[in-house]
Amino acid sequence: MTIIERPSTEVAIAGAVPVGVKPSEALGVFKRPAASSSWRDWVVTVDHKKLGIMYGVAAFVFFLIGGVEALLIRLQLIAPDGKVLNADQYNQMFTMHATTMVFLFVMPMAAAFANYFVPLQIGARDVAFPRINAFGFWCFLFGGLFLNSSWFLGGGADGGWFMYAPNSSTLFSPSHGVDFWTLGLQITGIASLTGAINLIVTILNMRAPGMKMMRMPIFTWMVLVTQFLLLFAIPVITVALFLLTFQRSFDATFFDVASGADPLLWQHLFWIFGHPEVYILILPSFGIISEVIPVFSKKPLFGYPVVAMSGAAIGFVGWGVWAHHMFASGLGPVSVTVFSMSTMAIAVPTGVKIVNWIMTMWGGKLTFAVPMLFAIGLVTQFTIGGLSGVTHAVAPSDTQQTDTYYIVAHFHYVLFGGAVFGLFAGFYYWWPKMFGRQLSESIGKWNFWLMVIGMNMTFGPMHILGLQGQPRRMFVWTEARAGEGLFNFGFWNRISSIGSFILSIGILLFIINIFYTHKMKKGALTSNDPWDARTLEWMTDSPPKEHNFDVIPQINHLDEFFHRKYEQDSATHSVTQVHSADEVMAELNAHPDEHIHMPSRSYWPILLALSLPVIGYGLIYNRMLMAVGVAMVLLTMFGWAMEPATSPDEDFDPPESGDTHAKELVPHG
Amino acid sequence: MAESAIAHDHGVSHGAHASSTGLSNNKMGMWMFLGSECLLFGGLISTYMLYRGRVSSGPQPNNIFDIPFTSVSSFILLMSSLTMVLAVSSAQRKDDRNINLWLTITALLGATFVGGQVYEFTAFYREGLGFTTSLFGSSFYALTGFHGVHVSVGIIMLIALVGMNRNNRIPGDKAEVVELIGLYWHFVDIIWIIIFTLVYLIPS
Repeated sequence: MTIIERPSTEVAIAGAVPVGVKPSEALGVFKRPAASSSWRDWVVTVDHKKLGIMYGVAAFVFFLIGGVEALLIRLQLIAPDGKVLNADQYNQMFTMHATTMVFLFVMPMAAAFANYFVPLQIGARDVAFPRINAFGFWCFLFGGLFLNSSWFLGGGADGGWFMYAPNSSTLFSPSHGVDFWTLGLQITGIASLTGAINLIVTILNMRAPGMKMMRMPIFTWMVLVTQFLLLFAIPVITVALFLLTFQRSFDATFFDVASGADPLLWQHLFWIFGHPEVYILILPSFGIISEVIPVFSKKPLFGYPVVAMSGAAIGFVGWGVWAHHMFASGLGPVSVTVFSMSTMAIAVPTGVKIVNWIMTMWGGKLTFAVPMLFAIGLVTQFTIGGLSGVTHAVAPSDTQQTDTYYIVAHFHYVLFGGAVFGLFAGFYYWWPKMFGRQLSESIGKWNFWLMVIGMNMTFGPMHILGLQGQPRRMFVWTEARAGEGLFNFGFWNRISSIGSFILSIGILLFIINIFYTHKMKKGALTSNDPWDARTLEWMTDSPPKEHNFDVIPQINHLDEFFHRKYEQDSATHSVTQVHSADEVMAELNAHPDEHIHMPSRSYWPILLALSLPVIGYGLIYNRMLMAVGVAMVLLTMFGWAMEPATSPDEDFDPPESGDTHAKELVPHG
Repeated sequence: MAESAIAHDHGVSHGAHASSTGLSNNKMGMWMFLGSECLLFGGLISTYMLYRGRVSSGPQPNNIFDIPFTSVSSFILLMSSLTMVLAVSSAQRKDDRNINLWLTITALLGATFVGGQVYEFTAFYREGLGFTTSLFGSSFYALTGFHGVHVSVGIIMLIALVGMNRNNRIPGDKAEVVELIGLYWHFVDIIWIIIFTLVYLIPS
């Protein structure tokens, strides 16, 4: 085990005075890791910005894996009697595709943005629990790797992403795929739960002075709603996954129909989690484009309180609609009516948001930079997906559409056309802030248009396929039964498959854009405020310093940064720029804070997270290994508990006398 | 504002500007966690309630529960909430010796409860109710077992707290750390009141 020594103090080198044992060293197995610029620093970091970047990179890699899985599915269906995959592999492919995209791409990518930008947007220097934040990231990464390791250990899960019982029992799914799935999601669930607690406390408790709730940027608002949804939805899926694990590994009877069990129990538990989950996926993207659209329209967000409150309303009503996933299961007329109506009701706050975005653009000075294009892409495509969603609220129509490609079309329009486009808007919008270089606009436009064309070609025809009755998980089609004319299965499946390749070229262009910008140093070095933005995260350097702000600003307005740059003439309502961004920052940073103690690096988060897959493998293969994992959890928790989050004051250098600009004190290790 | 928002992790030692809401980060975090736990037990209790009336083979709830025995162990668990309050109160008065005393008693009462649960499980198993016997068996053991694990984790935290307190190794504000573990402990007790009522007292 590598032990990084703390750099000794001068006193210790001289050996003149014996150095007292510091509380942080006395009981720990390791000394605290020191600051360094090597890869080690990324392993032990608790900095929310570094963790945000790591979340982003890992999630993007999983996005590519999930994308390859999707392409294999489309290759299988491009021609009649597809031979690319057999039925079993096809089952694994669509299950792992959906699981990867939902749990290992969209959720952690939203967490990446939330981690990076929420503290910046509320004027904080880090999150409330920095080590728990690091722990969450490592749980997500190890959980995702654990889940995907099933590919090499007998095949992935094959029950579909909602893993309906009793199909998920060992009788129907004898490989270990489902075990990896339940345990892997359990581990990533810990990441979501700890992340939720962390971000909620950060947002509620660590706002800069003067930043009332109704002065928070809308992205922070949407993250707050999302994290509350996670806080209450994750434990429900945790229960469901535990029950399934008990059933598969310990022969419990929860979903065993022969013992009188009710398979609907799984459906209820899953969808009580699963429906808030879809808002967990989309709300962060709503937040991102609510930042992007005002900036590129040169107008404040239309109806800010309405946008914030409609987000909260979605959060509440989102709990009362889960059974619309189960209309075909025979719930009875009362349940169907209630859930049908609540589902129609939830379209209202969503529609309100769409109106607000359009009204923000209305009459604005629009610039169609790439972030704005992606934001408009979201508004348009999400509206289409939302409208097909409303058709699901109508139970008789939904009963026809259940388990057809119409459903696939619907949720890809909201998730890909909506959530993923929002995330891409975020990439292009915040890239200059995160890395100091602007992504190429010209490649970005190609990226956008190929994605729009590819996405609509892939998922648009699925509406037709679904209404024609192509089942959702059909793994092969034959020419003889494909139908004729405009409604020929083969024709639309071919279009859809070609579309998926256009889509992937679009995404490839994003990767090319990153290399073009950074490796070839083509991207323009940006100023701190390249878009003339409105919110606090732009009121600091690009990329931000480790402590985010030299001075925590006093907040007097919604869109504080905008109000420091511009003044409005009360008579004519015309807005004039009075300060440049650099002037605002120079004024703010004239008297920087001293004695900023940032949270200290730690080994414990990664070690604790590492013990969880050990328990997982132990549960599947060897119970002794499980005991080792549990022992590791207990030991690391003790180490964690004894270590203060921020090194005690005596670990930091005393400020050099007379040097008032000693802004940041580096701890000894 | 020199000490920055980050310093909150130390607890209240940094003065009045600690947080936007006035509640410390740690305490708010614990409340959020307990809120989440409600849904965890909600799911398990729902599972039990769904299956309690089902006709199934093996022993039935009515002829297996020993209500007087479980009432006594429930009483012991509830008394541990009282001793926990006394521990928190000593911590707020900075009375170190009594902190350790009351924490230890709380842990012992908790351990008695868990011991009672182990005895009860063994007795039920001898009477033919295994984890895999029936829906009742699976859902009963899952629900009460999860609760037992929560009590056990609480006991580990209490013992660790006593050990750390004796060596003066509790980071941050001691009274708050004791209070946080107290919050968890009371939560687990309240959950038991619900479980005891729904599972044992209301006949199926």
